[in-house]
Amino acid sequence: MHHKYALPATCAAAAATMLLLTGCVPNAAPSATSIAVTSTDTDCVVETATAAGGTITFTVKNDGKKVSEFYVLGSNELTIVGEVENIAPGASRDLTIQAGPGDYFTSCKPGMIGAGVGQAAFTITGDEVQTSPEEEAIVAQYIAYVKAQSEELVPQVQAFVAAYVAGDDAEAKRLFPIARINYERIEPTAEQFGDLDPKIDYRKPGADEEGLPFTGFHRIEMDLWNEQAVAAGRYTGDDDLTPLTPAERKVVGDQLVVDITELKDKVASPEFTLTLADITEGAKGLLDEIAAPDGKLPGEENEFSHTDLYDFTANVEGAQVALDTVRPLAAGDPELVTELDDRFASMLELLATYGSYEDGFVSYDTVTQAERNDLAAALTALSEPLSRLTAAVVQG
Amino acid sequence: MAVRPTRRGLFGLAGAGAAGLLVGGTGGIAAAGGVPGIAGVPALSGGRDGGRQATVPFYGAHQAGIVTPAQDRLHFASFTMLAGTGRDDLIALLRDWSEAASMLTQGKPVGTGVEPDSLLLPPDDTGEAEGLGSGHLTLTFGLGRALFVGAADDAGEADPYGIRGRLPQAFEPLPSFAFDLLAPGYTGGDLCVQACADDPQVAVHAIRNLARIAAGRAHLRWSQLGFGRTASTSRAQDTPRNLFGFKDGTANLMAEDDGELAEHLWAGDEAPEWLRGGSYLVARKIQMTIESWDRSSLAEQERIFGRTKLAGGPLSGGEEFTEPDFTAPDPEQTAQPAIDIAAHMRLAHPLHNGGARMLRRGYNYVDGSNELGQLSAGLFFISYQRDPATFVRVQRSLKPDLLNEYIRHIGSGLWAVPAGAARGEFIAQALFE
Repeated sequence: MHHKYALPATCAAAAATMLLLTGCVPNAAPSATSIAVTSTDTDCVVETATAAGGTITFTVKNDGKKVSEFYVLGSNELTIVGEVENIAPGASRDLTIQAGPGDYFTSCKPGMIGAGVGQAAFTITGDEVQTSPEEEAIVAQYIAYVKAQSEELVPQVQAFVAAYVAGDDAEAKRLFPIARINYERIEPTAEQFGDLDPKIDYRKPGADEEGLPFTGFHRIEMDLWNEQAVAAGRYTGDDDLTPLTPAERKVVGDQLVVDITELKDKVASPEFTLTLADITEGAKGLLDEIAAPDGKLPGEENEFSHTDLYDFTANVEGAQVALDTVRPLAAGDPELVTELDDRFASMLELLATYGSYEDGFVSYDTVTQAERNDLAAALTALSEPLSRLTAAVVQG
Repeated sequence: MAVRPTRRGLFGLAGAGAAGLLVGGTGGIAAAGGVPGIAGVPALSGGRDGGRQATVPFYGAHQAGIVTPAQDRLHFASFTMLAGTGRDDLIALLRDWSEAASMLTQGKPVGTGVEPDSLLLPPDDTGEAEGLGSGHLTLTFGLGRALFVGAADDAGEADPYGIRGRLPQAFEPLPSFAFDLLAPGYTGGDLCVQACADDPQVAVHAIRNLARIAAGRAHLRWSQLGFGRTASTSRAQDTPRNLFGFKDGTANLMAEDDGELAEHLWAGDEAPEWLRGGSYLVARKIQMTIESWDRSSLAEQERIFGRTKLAGGPLSGGEEFTEPDFTAPDPEQTAQPAIDIAAHMRLAHPLHNGGARMLRRGYNYVDGSNELGQLSAGLFFISYQRDPATFVRVQRSLKPDLLNEYIRHIGSGLWAVPAGAARGEFIAQALFE
């Protein structure tokens, strides 16, 4: 719970594909009939999979042994429409949302870590709901998203590091881009914590330039893809080209888990806060990260593994969730929102022609200059209107 | 909040914040010194000082930037339409570009100018040309063949923008030529924009803002900066020099030759209606092997061109504008002609090409230097002609050209250049009617 706001985080954002207004009802009385949810350590049972649009209350009982959370997610399975956390074993808590018709998902997160359990489709029927969105509640929703992503990030990185430290290079190489997804979705937030991002995600030239030890994702990448790093010839004679011993691997791997865990704890802290402009400018920042000269579009971010398309996709998804969350506040400029929805869809469609997280993306060094130009065109098409979102939202 | 109109809806409304920023008149033609009888051909007073008063009208029977006396600076840009775009996107883009071009060529900013309604918005206009005036800026737009028949991988069987039926018969792709070394990065494109101005910053500003306006519809594929016009398009101009140090293009089509322009430059009844009064633009990025050229003797340099280096007179005798005598013998070796059989000037001359003439409007370029310490330099050749076959004919004639030892064609493009737009219309409007 974010104690900064003396109101429950009970908000709703529209499904990504729909233009409907939803909002937060901080003082809404729970509806006469609430939907019972049972959270256990392995499942998340919701008594009905449909409800009529409007004010909807879930009563979440924790029958498990771990402190739990309950989420209502948008149709993209990323945007958080509402969440209630810190449900102690044996306790019940209510989540009240106000939401219009569309496809949603429900999910529980026992232990408040990882990807959650028992995710299930939930359909809301009926007419669109008119609400007046509350800025504070929207910010709380986005913070909840950042938090959820950081909670998923920890076990992903742990699995990646475990394979790496165990010397299972094939598995570590497979998990490397997967472990970065949650991080890349919330990158600008991570960058707010000045000393963490350099430790977690600096590229070698950045670390060398600032006289920092080269650690984190890209240090491990350079070691896993050592042959490619040597062949590329960019760092000939550099000590970092010496393959790491198992003991050295453990040091670098453990450090990454510690840093990622610290990120998760900082995001979960009541002190962690964002402004609306942080969210919308952060979305712009995510796209700028892609196009930067040392970013994904030029293929520099993952210079040894060429897994840039995973990062690219995750950055776009993070920006899309930002739009999705602030959508109710941008209602004054429906034309801009429609344009952004279309451009996000086009960008993700184009990326999907190169693969997916599940099936893998093609190695970025096989993507031709003409194809990169097409990716750049779609990114520009998205970035231009996104540059007008802050004004639409902050003055909305 | 009030719904903010998109950038698209704002053209034509001069931003209130912009009106006070321009010093001096910007709307009129600098008629003083203009060439009598040639509408839209003002005399050029170069440099930034002359820029404030130096407006070339965007609207007119022909597009500006063709017979307009060649300005000193070029920024040429080639764009590709985004996959999935359709006819309405292309029309909207051409309309937005035309409106923006009418503002830019008057030295006015695009959209709401450099000061948006809100500090939280990025400015519509990027701002680096504020106070520079119009600088004789011309913006000339061309359409690539793929707009009519689809991309190469559609086997030329597609009709992405519903204009396939309007494809001119003469609009055939350029063939490959001997010594071509074309790089995809400087070749082709669905749309081209030629921005010419006295001041490079004015030309770059125009392309930069047009590229931004195109977001979501067309994307910059490649572009080229050029300087030091290599051709005269008016008798009021001296023949400039290329980076080999020679005056080239002395026998160019000139704006003053109305009859010649009608015959060689402007498309007429043979073309579909939308192209009449337009032309075809050929661009060739021609890399020069500067260092080896500089080590060649003056005699060889002059033999290659067929002209003297300093004065530019033909080797058959006389001054720059003396007609060359291709039969005149070499005074030293009378069995040989004074102008070598394979001299550049002989092979390119209309006499050797069935009278074929083009309006050449190229620029020198230096893209820094390469990793071998050689200048990445050459000629960004631009020619306008009534039929692309004219260029093909001349280029084929140049196969034995002595100059080929020192040049490589590394980029290429061909675009149909529609007629000019009337005020209130957009470029190529007739194509969609």
